[in-house]
Amino acid sequence: MSSAPNSAILECRDMSCLISARPEPLRVLEHIDFSVARRTSLGIVGESGAGKSMLIKSIMGIAPKSVQVSGAISIDGQDLSGMKPKERAAFIGRKVGIVFQNPMTSLNPYVPVGRQVAEAARRHLGLSREAARNRAIELLSVVGIADAAECYGYYPHHFSGGMKQRIMIAAGLVCDPELLIADEATTALDVTVQKEVLDLLQTIQEERRMSLILVSHNLGVVAGRTDEVLVLYGGRVVEYGPTAEVFRNPRHRYTEALLSAMPQMDQPAHSRLRTIPGQPPSLAAKPDGCPFAPRCAVAADICRRVMPPMAVASDSRHRFACHLPLEAQAPMRSPDPIVAQGGVGHAS
Amino acid sequence: MRPDMPSPAVADQPLISIENLSVQFTRAGKQMRAVQDVSLHVAPGETLGLVGESGSGKTTIGRALLRLLPEANTQWQGSIRYQGTDLAGLSKTDMRRMRGRLQMIFQDPVSSFNPRRKIEDIVAEGLEIQGIERSERKLRMEAALRDVGFSLADVAGRRPHQFSGGQCQRIAIARALAVQPELIVCDEPVASLDVSVQAHIINLLQDIREARRLTMIFISHDLAVVKNVSDKVAVLYMGKVVEVGTGEQVYSRPAHPYTRTLLEAVPVVDASRKIKPAAERMVMPSRNRPPEGCAFRLRCPRAADRCAKEEPVLGVGPGGQSVACHFPHDEPAPNLVSESA
Repeated sequence: MSSAPNSAILECRDMSCLISARPEPLRVLEHIDFSVARRTSLGIVGESGAGKSMLIKSIMGIAPKSVQVSGAISIDGQDLSGMKPKERAAFIGRKVGIVFQNPMTSLNPYVPVGRQVAEAARRHLGLSREAARNRAIELLSVVGIADAAECYGYYPHHFSGGMKQRIMIAAGLVCDPELLIADEATTALDVTVQKEVLDLLQTIQEERRMSLILVSHNLGVVAGRTDEVLVLYGGRVVEYGPTAEVFRNPRHRYTEALLSAMPQMDQPAHSRLRTIPGQPPSLAAKPDGCPFAPRCAVAADICRRVMPPMAVASDSRHRFACHLPLEAQAPMRSPDPIVAQGGVGHAS
Repeated sequence: MRPDMPSPAVADQPLISIENLSVQFTRAGKQMRAVQDVSLHVAPGETLGLVGESGSGKTTIGRALLRLLPEANTQWQGSIRYQGTDLAGLSKTDMRRMRGRLQMIFQDPVSSFNPRRKIEDIVAEGLEIQGIERSERKLRMEAALRDVGFSLADVAGRRPHQFSGGQCQRIAIARALAVQPELIVCDEPVASLDVSVQAHIINLLQDIREARRLTMIFISHDLAVVKNVSDKVAVLYMGKVVEVGTGEQVYSRPAHPYTRTLLEAVPVVDASRKIKPAAERMVMPSRNRPPEGCAFRLRCPRAADRCAKEEPVLGVGPGGQSVACHFPHDEPAPNLVSESA
């Protein structure tokens, strides 16, 4: 089915989302530019209110009616803006699967889980009841549900949170999508279950040769599990590039501040955490310049007036929007970590 | 023991000691053992972190300390002594008075407030219950707000919905501080907050703890947060303490396989290597019918015949901590090995 094998599965060009309001519209997302190559994974990180969910909803065409989406979104090389709503929904439904944050509310409590998994296959692939049922059972076992045929008829309350999230993943996979989006899919789960679900997503992505978008507020979830990462702040892309590069060598002040605000397990007890002063910008009072300027330790006059353009780092895939970026660091930190940490725990 | 009997204040005597606490809930005729035979001691000025997955009994222990467990369909045994006073023996009135010394901060600050009350009344409510005079009340309310970085003018006349999650959590801390407690139970106080706000609240709690010599019990599923705030850490699994020791012992030389499983699962901000997904799945035992022997054995890579027959009890582990395992580990933590300091 896929047309040009080299083209990106998803491409967003200069996408903006406005909510009409008085005195002026609320700028939820502004000038978002990114793409996801086939068989790669992208992490989207940001705090609440950064625009993560609105970005996903706009791509999926399920943003509320009050939101005006502009710019070009194309999936599998096809521009979505030219399509009629119905045609568009059918197209996206076949190409993209999505798993939402809360499995408790995204599953209908009155409908057996198997039927909920099969629903999209009936609708988008036009499968018969029987064929859709078989497909749902197959996918339920792919996501690790034992006795899938028996579980087909169970209701959501029979399952734990982690199992429900697996069922949601099965539902996301039912049309054999080329792109799977997990929007905070592991946020409500325990760390051990979170790890399992993330492992599952990663395995499935590799096995089915899909692309994957992992949306999370937790930088740790995205690190080590994605090829590229997009950092959103105040409705803008502030940094974008290969995950290892961005985390090792953040150039935007916000990315760096966020990374160092996280408590680390190798810090001693009661060590002070670095904080970011102030609050994320409210939609109604967004600054003209860099959205991070009011909280930034080094913000200058220009930062408050002019939105910094995307600059390109020495690794040309790494981009950041900062007038006063952090210095680029030396290519690799060398000391062998295993040797360096070998003595930990021997108190005497 | 009579509640009003003063106990000798010995410096190294625990401020609060829990002995053999068990809590059962009865739901639809079935018994669910939420907490089983837990003993924990917290010294004055110390912070005890409680970690474990959901359903491990963290919150139940926290609530039992303040006698906030629901009365219907709940049975509990064991003793909770606060400076020698058994809380179980206190009348409702005495317990209410006791809450002037024991306070709690909840996960979701917004829903722990009455949305129709003004902030200044919310913060002063505990003082009112403690029967503090109006003029004194105002002074202490203002002081508590100041401690969390608000002036009375910032909040006066406003209601909870006018504040962000982080601000509400600061107000919740002020409410707990206003009665000048000796011990605060923090139940997932930063779980619903963004990273940048979370750091503020953790620093704030640390400052207050130091300035007021507070004793804290810090409940969280986030192991990195618990490491940061705690002197002592107890790891709970299915209602039992499986490992307890200093933060250093538990994190750098975890002895119980469950502790190691938890530590390995923590997402670390280290993008230098791509994580290899694990193929095998874990088995979650039912909480209503826990397995015979060690409750963790179905998920445990080290489980042997002995684990099915004989339930391990807490004993001294290789690193000096207490651990309930027949085959404890004696090597550094998995995460620390791969992380550069």
